[in-house]
Amino acid sequence: MSARRPYMRPMRGWWRRDPFFVRYMIREATALIVAAYALVLLAGVLCLAQGEAAWNGWLTQLRSPVSIVLHVLMLAVMIYHTYSWFEIMPKTMPALFVGGKRVTATTITMSGLAAAVAAAAALLALAWMLRP
Amino acid sequence: MAEAEKIIEIEVLRYRPEQDAAPVAQRYRVPFTDDMSVLQGLQYIKDHIDGTLSFRWSCRMAICGSCGMMIDGKPRLSCKTFLREFHPAGLRVEALAHFPIERDLVAGVDDFIVKLESIKPYLIPKESRSLEQGEYLQTPHELEQYEQFSSCINCMLCYAACPQYGLDSKFTGPGVLALLHRYNVDSRDGGREQRMQLVNAEEGVWSCTAVGYCSEVCPKAVDPANAVNLNKVNSAKDYFLRFVRPRKP
Amino acid sequence: MKRSNAPVFWGLFGAGGMLSALLGPMLVFITGIAVPLGLVLPRDFMSYPRMLAFAQHWAGKSFVFAVIALFIWHAAHRIFHSLHDVGIRTGAVAKLIFYGAALLVTLLTLRALLVIGF
Repeated sequence: MSARRPYMRPMRGWWRRDPFFVRYMIREATALIVAAYALVLLAGVLCLAQGEAAWNGWLTQLRSPVSIVLHVLMLAVMIYHTYSWFEIMPKTMPALFVGGKRVTATTITMSGLAAAVAAAAALLALAWMLRP
Repeated sequence: MAEAEKIIEIEVLRYRPEQDAAPVAQRYRVPFTDDMSVLQGLQYIKDHIDGTLSFRWSCRMAICGSCGMMIDGKPRLSCKTFLREFHPAGLRVEALAHFPIERDLVAGVDDFIVKLESIKPYLIPKESRSLEQGEYLQTPHELEQYEQFSSCINCMLCYAACPQYGLDSKFTGPGVLALLHRYNVDSRDGGREQRMQLVNAEEGVWSCTAVGYCSEVCPKAVDPANAVNLNKVNSAKDYFLRFVRPRKP
Repeated sequence: MKRSNAPVFWGLFGAGGMLSALLGPMLVFITGIAVPLGLVLPRDFMSYPRMLAFAQHWAGKSFVFAVIALFIWHAAHRIFHSLHDVGIRTGAVAKLIFYGAALLVTLLTLRALLVIGF
């Protein structure tokens, strides 16, 4: 008769046990803001389809102080999404070699962040060129 | 002049199935010197204070993978962790997380062994080869493709680190998938197709959410997170291209 | 072992994640801060005639559709998996709710863009 009685420890609260896990959960939580912004844009496109009055209503909502504050918070979270996205991106890539040397994860992350800055600048420049 | 004896308090999560309903913490005061590892601290306890303390160890030099345990909440090799790091606050030691506790610091690793065997962890030749053909030749670049992943010592720290394994032990897990990748990218191996079935399953790479803690804790810098996540790309390619790629007869 | 259909959702998650990583911050800034406040860009940058013309053009339509659809599929996938992380059971029903919601948003966007016309 075996005297073994293996004990399983509960997983409840696992992510609160280490700062690494907390940062992971924050990274995952950025999706809530990506969803929120997509819904803001959905509201916009629905209003656009309904006509000028509806669209102007949506624009008025965007001008409210609450909306501005929320968008500033969404901007901060979006920026963290960008950072955390390129931080984890190297893990999805096979070993890259340039000039016989292994490309480091840091190099890949920095390149991604540089691309993000360039994309943001390009978008702003495009908007600027298309201004009324 | 003799150095004043330093004492550190080690709190161990004890569990004796024949007498304990659940694990219970027990504190030991251990005299130590700066060159002593946590493993040596445990050995001191067993030799001088409490002979009933159970724990696994072997090489004492971070190559056998036996002495993995949770040290102050982090998966570490006890032979590679030093008591001086935790002085004077003391340290908490418990069995490797996400595995059942058999006794004291001994975790039940049966599941890991089963998984290790399931991925065909050996070279499957591309074509049959005779002795006369001689040995396989491999360039340094070909070696570089898999060498990092071959460093795994099966210590299971990555499993203790992986919350997805902790939440659902059906997940094949970081270490085993890294070993699977090691064989897939070895130029001598032709077994990729056979291993893909495991990769493509929900229990394969698709249970991973890229937490990345496995690679953080690996004592041999294997980077299992990389092995698993790049195989998501391979698995996706396999998923979408299976209709266009001709099937082998 | 059964082949998982995860690649479909992961692919959408990845595309949405990359798009939102590259364009998300500036889009939030432009539509939610700059234009409403008349900062850097004028307040009438998003006036009805201009936005209608933008959404009626194939390029503008594609851009709006891509942003809304990919952002929402990225978020649905990630939030669904996060539920599992915090201990909520994620079975077929949860999958239906989250990916179903993403599909709904996608279809509503598509319909609105078609109503807007060319």
